[in-house]
Amino acid sequence: MSSSIIEVRRAQKSFTPGLPILNGVSLDVRQGERVALIGANGAGKSTLLRCLAGLIPLSGGAVEILGESFSGSPSMRQRKALRRQLGFVFQFHGLVRRTSALSNVVNGYLGQGHGMRAWHQMLAPGALREDARAALDAVGLGEKWDARADTLSGGQSQRVAIARAIVHKPALIIADEPAASLDPAAGNDIMTLFHRLAGARGCTLLFTTHDMNHALSYADRVIALKAGTVMLDAASSDLTPADLEPVFHGN
Amino acid sequence: MATDIRTAHQYTMPRLARLDPLRFALLVALGALLVASIGEVTPSPERLAGALPRMGSLLGRMLPPETDPAFLGRMGLRLLETIQIALAGTFFGILVSFPLAWCGAMGLTPLGPFRWTARMLVSLFRTVPDLVWALFFVSAVGLGAVAGTLTIIVDTAGFCGRFFAEAMEDSDRQSREALDAAGARKIDILFAAVVPDCMPSFINTSLFSLELAVRSSVVLGIVGAGGIGQELKSAFELFQYPKAATIILAIFVIVLGMEQLTDRLRRHLG
Repeated sequence: MSSSIIEVRRAQKSFTPGLPILNGVSLDVRQGERVALIGANGAGKSTLLRCLAGLIPLSGGAVEILGESFSGSPSMRQRKALRRQLGFVFQFHGLVRRTSALSNVVNGYLGQGHGMRAWHQMLAPGALREDARAALDAVGLGEKWDARADTLSGGQSQRVAIARAIVHKPALIIADEPAASLDPAAGNDIMTLFHRLAGARGCTLLFTTHDMNHALSYADRVIALKAGTVMLDAASSDLTPADLEPVFHGN
Repeated sequence: MATDIRTAHQYTMPRLARLDPLRFALLVALGALLVASIGEVTPSPERLAGALPRMGSLLGRMLPPETDPAFLGRMGLRLLETIQIALAGTFFGILVSFPLAWCGAMGLTPLGPFRWTARMLVSLFRTVPDLVWALFFVSAVGLGAVAGTLTIIVDTAGFCGRFFAEAMEDSDRQSREALDAAGARKIDILFAAVVPDCMPSFINTSLFSLELAVRSSVVLGIVGAGGIGQELKSAFELFQYPKAATIILAIFVIVLGMEQLTDRLRRHLG
């Protein structure tokens, strides 16, 4: 389909020969969709996301993402083009601990050709600082712009990480277990925030989770991975928690 | 009848771990080497007995230390020069060691497979002793403080180059991966994530290296590379023992003062 923003065809990945993590995964994500990728620990969710972002190479198969197609790893040029339009959020926020929230958000511009001006908020031009502040406002942390990242709570840190991922207005946000390291209330807040931001900005959202309720309430579509292949791919409105049970349990 | 677990237990926990034959042989060899070395180079009790009174009389001739104002003034300038060598050398040494550490740091280096070249250079700087570097630079640029400063630069680059690289390698991986995913180049990751994370460790290492530089700039003058060491050497060679005593006391005060200062700075920043 031409409006696909991600197309994965028979993706293979193994870290040790004979032990595939991804074993022929094929899936599509359409423009503007919110998709949850679910599966038990070790099902290959995080690996797939890292391959999509070009952080680790595929062992086989092909990917087309944001108009760039590659098998293996994206070229340097593709990697650059990809990261211009992509925001990536990790399970553990990955903030630079000893700099301010604002500096961390300014770091989100590092792939946008601003060079050293995106190293720290002190070096950033006024427009970038304003946009970074607006991104912090959007995640509800505008007042905390000056707080050092290592003084923030887990939920606040994850919000800063989201602000960093959306500050350059990406077409696609990929989030790897964004709520898994948070308590249930903070986790729900983070997922609500993702849902709202993606809707308001018309950007596509692909996230992994092993919380069935998150998958059903915050995604339009649920794709389940099991043993390195897609075992289920359906609109979340057609699914009940009972349908997802087998994903997490043995056959 | 059931076995008493307390007595049964005793047999399973020998006090001495069993030594394998290779380790035992190595230990014996090491012991033999130590005994042989002591026999070769350590003063015999008779020799020590003869030397002690001579040391005593030398100390007697050193007292009281020289207090002539003209001499003290000249020594003051020499001490200042010593500290200048240490400060300037440490400053430029840190500047040199930073890119060297980056190039040698695993996972961060822009040199890829040629990372070892930076590592080797830092090892060369560090393993060749400072007096040997001083001899080299005195031959290359002539007697005086410039040779001393060059020596301290190389010495600091060897010390900081190693510890900066280790701090960089140990810096937070999650923030590095996050910035990589955001499209950062290697140099962006260095300055946006690694440097802020390593700053306390960089400052600590730099203060230690300043301390080392003061200690080492004191002796550089012995081979003609400027500073107070030159005066110490000539005082001993001309049998001016009271002057030597003054210089040794001054060195003691300077090195101790620098230790106190860096300790205080470390506590203040830490």
